[in-house]
Amino acid sequence: MTKHAVLAGAATTEPMIVMAAVEKWYGGFRALADINLTVRRGERIVLCGPSGSGKSTLIRCINHLEAYQKGEIRVGGTRLGDDGRSIEAVRREVGMVFQHFNLFPHMTVLENCMLAPMRALKLGRREAEATARGLLERVRILEQADKYPAQLSGGQQQRVAIARALCMRPSVMLFDEPTSALDPEMVKEVLDTMIALAGEGMTMICVTHEMGFARQVADRVIFMAEGSIVEEAPPDTFFTQPRHERTRKFLGEILRPH
Amino acid sequence: MNYVLDFTPVLDGLPDLLVGCLGTLLLALGGMAIAIVIGIGGVVLRDSRYKAVRWAVKGFVELIRNTPFLVQIYFIYFALPLAGMRLDPTPTAILALGINGGAYAIEIIRGGVQSISRGQVEAGLALGLHKGLVFRLIVLKPALRAVFPSLASQFILLTLTTSVASAISAFELTSVAQRIESESFRSFEVFGTITLLYLGISWLMMSFFSTISARFFSYPVK
Repeated sequence: MTKHAVLAGAATTEPMIVMAAVEKWYGGFRALADINLTVRRGERIVLCGPSGSGKSTLIRCINHLEAYQKGEIRVGGTRLGDDGRSIEAVRREVGMVFQHFNLFPHMTVLENCMLAPMRALKLGRREAEATARGLLERVRILEQADKYPAQLSGGQQQRVAIARALCMRPSVMLFDEPTSALDPEMVKEVLDTMIALAGEGMTMICVTHEMGFARQVADRVIFMAEGSIVEEAPPDTFFTQPRHERTRKFLGEILRPH
Repeated sequence: MNYVLDFTPVLDGLPDLLVGCLGTLLLALGGMAIAIVIGIGGVVLRDSRYKAVRWAVKGFVELIRNTPFLVQIYFIYFALPLAGMRLDPTPTAILALGINGGAYAIEIIRGGVQSISRGQVEAGLALGLHKGLVFRLIVLKPALRAVFPSLASQFILLTLTTSVASAISAFELTSVAQRIESESFRSFEVFGTITLLYLGISWLMMSFFSTISARFFSYPVK
């Protein structure tokens, strides 16, 4: 635990992601409204909010899995436009972990991790394999390297998915409800992996309802509702003195003892 | 009505019949190779950003699937020379079989591609792979696996359809049989024999497909 106690303040002042007045529409429905968000290098953000509040949409705009209609998004030095060049440049900087893992079923764990470095970064096989093995070791799943995804548990698959994203050496990691599809007993192994990653200074944006995780690693917790950012605060303030009624109601819902 | 069976002409012609079987296999494998290329290419073009291309693929599939193969093979055989391309009967037959099988393959493979979850594509894109690579490396194999049984039975059908190529006297089993029959008038014996030979060819194809399936599509799924 002491290791994580020093996490606070690891963030630099250098902006890694800047979202300025971003709007996103699905036809006549406004999914994101005037999103302004700056994430500094090394900062760890937890995004929460009721379902349909736009939190997944927000992080999916950052790597252009969703197009946005207004405003501007910058990742590192790159302005994310509609052109393939800027999109691919951003995607190489930004790793993503999905709710349903999305491992490629026809490739072994090792092949899953080697594919993008070899094809998108043009690394040689030997180098890609060394990177993959190193990262699989880091998420403590190297012994499963030659298995296929279907042979692993959900928690193991999600750890592989994290390793696979890290193999691209991203500067930012996006997590889209990484533990929501897991059986309860597997949540911890994935969270521990994410906590370790946070401890290494990775810039992270996590959409999650794991408030324990938020308390432990987040520099800022952001609460969204109806496509807007309602409130953002360091976890201590966020959980103990939420300013908005909407936030209090949400915290009441999810923190209620079962 | 005392019909006396006489297999002598069949036995005399057996070497020819077996070579005919090889001709049939050649037509079938050649046709399949073209069909799979048309099938995969057609699926890609079917989702082209250009409307004209999408409609061309749709039109091709409609045309081929709603007209008789015999007419198609005649058309190709007699129309190509008018366009200045003269092909022998056997290459013409392979081309016709490939075009016909390709139209069906487009629809089948398309179903397989649609069965792949959007999340697979997103994972590939998020890893920095461009659309073409995502299709080739991530979508294609699981899609083919999903529809492999349908594809295999379509290709068995293609194998049997090779007999239609006798209409333009391509070299294959049925045309060999027709020659032996016309020389000996032993219709029952000749066509009875090639019926069994076709059955054998189908079985051979089926075991070929299960080998492919075991080799390429045996990865475990949930």
